Amino acid sequence: MLAGEAGSGTAFAMRLVVRAAEVLGAGRLIPITRAHVDACLYHGQATLDFAIRLADGGTRVAVPTSLNVGLVDLLHPELWRGSPDDAERGRRLMDAYHGLGCRPTFTCAPYQVDDARPAFGDQVAWAESNAIVFCNSVIGARTNRYGDFIDVACAVAGRVPDAGLHRTDARRGQLLLRLGADLPAGLMDDDSLYPVLGIVLGRRGGTSITVLDGLPPRVSEDRLKALGAAAASSGSVALFHAVGSTPEASSLEEAFGGEDPEAIEEISFGELAAARRELTSAEGDMPLRAVSIGTPHASLREMQMLVERLAGARPAPDVELVISTARDVLAQAEERGLAARLREAGVEVLVDTCSYIAPVLRSGSGAVMTDSAKWAYYAPGNIGAQVVFGSTAECVASAVAGQVVRLPSAWDAA
Amino acid sequence: MRPALLRGRVLAPGAASGEALVLEEPLSLWGGMDPANGRVIDAHHPQHDTLLTGRVLVMHSARGSSSSSSILAEAVRAGTAPAAILLGEADLILPIGAEVAAELYSRQVPILLLAPEDLARIPNGTQLTIDKVGRVSLPTAGA
Repeated sequence: MLAGEAGSGTAFAMRLVVRAAEVLGAGRLIPITRAHVDACLYHGQATLDFAIRLADGGTRVAVPTSLNVGLVDLLHPELWRGSPDDAERGRRLMDAYHGLGCRPTFTCAPYQVDDARPAFGDQVAWAESNAIVFCNSVIGARTNRYGDFIDVACAVAGRVPDAGLHRTDARRGQLLLRLGADLPAGLMDDDSLYPVLGIVLGRRGGTSITVLDGLPPRVSEDRLKALGAAAASSGSVALFHAVGSTPEASSLEEAFGGEDPEAIEEISFGELAAARRELTSAEGDMPLRAVSIGTPHASLREMQMLVERLAGARPAPDVELVISTARDVLAQAEERGLAARLREAGVEVLVDTCSYIAPVLRSGSGAVMTDSAKWAYYAPGNIGAQVVFGSTAECVASAVAGQVVRLPSAWDAA
Repeated sequence: MRPALLRGRVLAPGAASGEALVLEEPLSLWGGMDPANGRVIDAHHPQHDTLLTGRVLVMHSARGSSSSSSILAEAVRAGTAPAAILLGEADLILPIGAEVAAELYSRQVPILLLAPEDLARIPNGTQLTIDKVGRVSLPTAGA
């Protein structure tokens, strides 16, 4: 493969995997069962040049490979508000990866797509920070932090360097983070705790493997998704353990592999409350122009919850309410009649991309409200949005009221 | 007198020279560098608006997005890339970007891994020369 007999693009991919093995100090390559590729998001001409070079000689991926979000919503092109030239470049790159044999999932949450989700213990090559942390932590499948180019190179090679989180000894907890005794009753039942906790975990843990203790048992996948996405935004987190919820942490002992923690720290209510406030960058009296939910892409359950929370109400006339999801999840929502109900209620459903990556929101002055810490973290830099962070219930109530609405919550104790 | 030669492990090959730019905080190239003009665009970074083009970046720890491979490759294509990058922590993202750029555009951005204490001895603004086997030479003290 390295010598080029399988085609020059394939040999190029293999050279990248060998370079990665050298950088990581891996002595061998191991086979993978799946890959998830982020290189399909356009970041300039070089990303297109790479895809064209990689395809040379009829290159194909060697394992089932899902694709991350691209620049444009291919199913709803009318939502694009940027330059037609950019849209065309974004679309060409998405098509190029489809052409390598990747499945056109175009989602940052491939773990919510049937047949794209690995099983416990599987060795995979996944890119996209939130997907990486979900794969390792919530599923217990094994991936390192793969990025653009090396993700698809591993998919073509069907192999990865045997290093880092692919190895059992590197998956043990290092830092023990305990939730403080001062957290108010009811906070654990508030959806917005989980993204905020993720921001704090990412800051405290950085690149080390953090074990969270003190959450209720069996925290839902949607909440763990929000926690992990936030942690991978504020820190380079690729794996965390939540005692009683994630599969390699049925107990503290298991999470630490029988060893002692390298450090033990506590998270106070005050630190969480401050982190929640900091996610809001908009001025207090700013009018509301849009509400964005579904970052990472919404699950079917989250779409159902949006229908229920709206309860027949519509967003105010001058407020856009957008939910981002995967095209495969949208297809399920169509079958169940959920998508029709969302559209009737005036909700825009965005697939294949995300509202902080692509120019899809109406421009104009005013704040954008979100229930996603990841969206709140990246949107100010990416699309210049002024952000208000709130719970999902507050986001829906605000969209309907046409202004930011705060509901009574456990945060009021701060 | 301090030695004038530091030795690093080659993460991406090449030879280069340029003025050291010691980053005061880690910088993610994605969201942190505009490959169109080579400047720092992360508004929260203390060296916001500093030009990276042609400099030898000294990064004690790499940070951030896995899309930084793409930004480095795009900067090489656009002619705005740093001359070289010296890291204090092994990182996969930037060497892959350099490898891809070398393949596509036949231009190398050497990336070396140095011991943190060696990295700390490089003053901002020093003229550095990097050779193909991972040696970094800097002017001797008092020279």
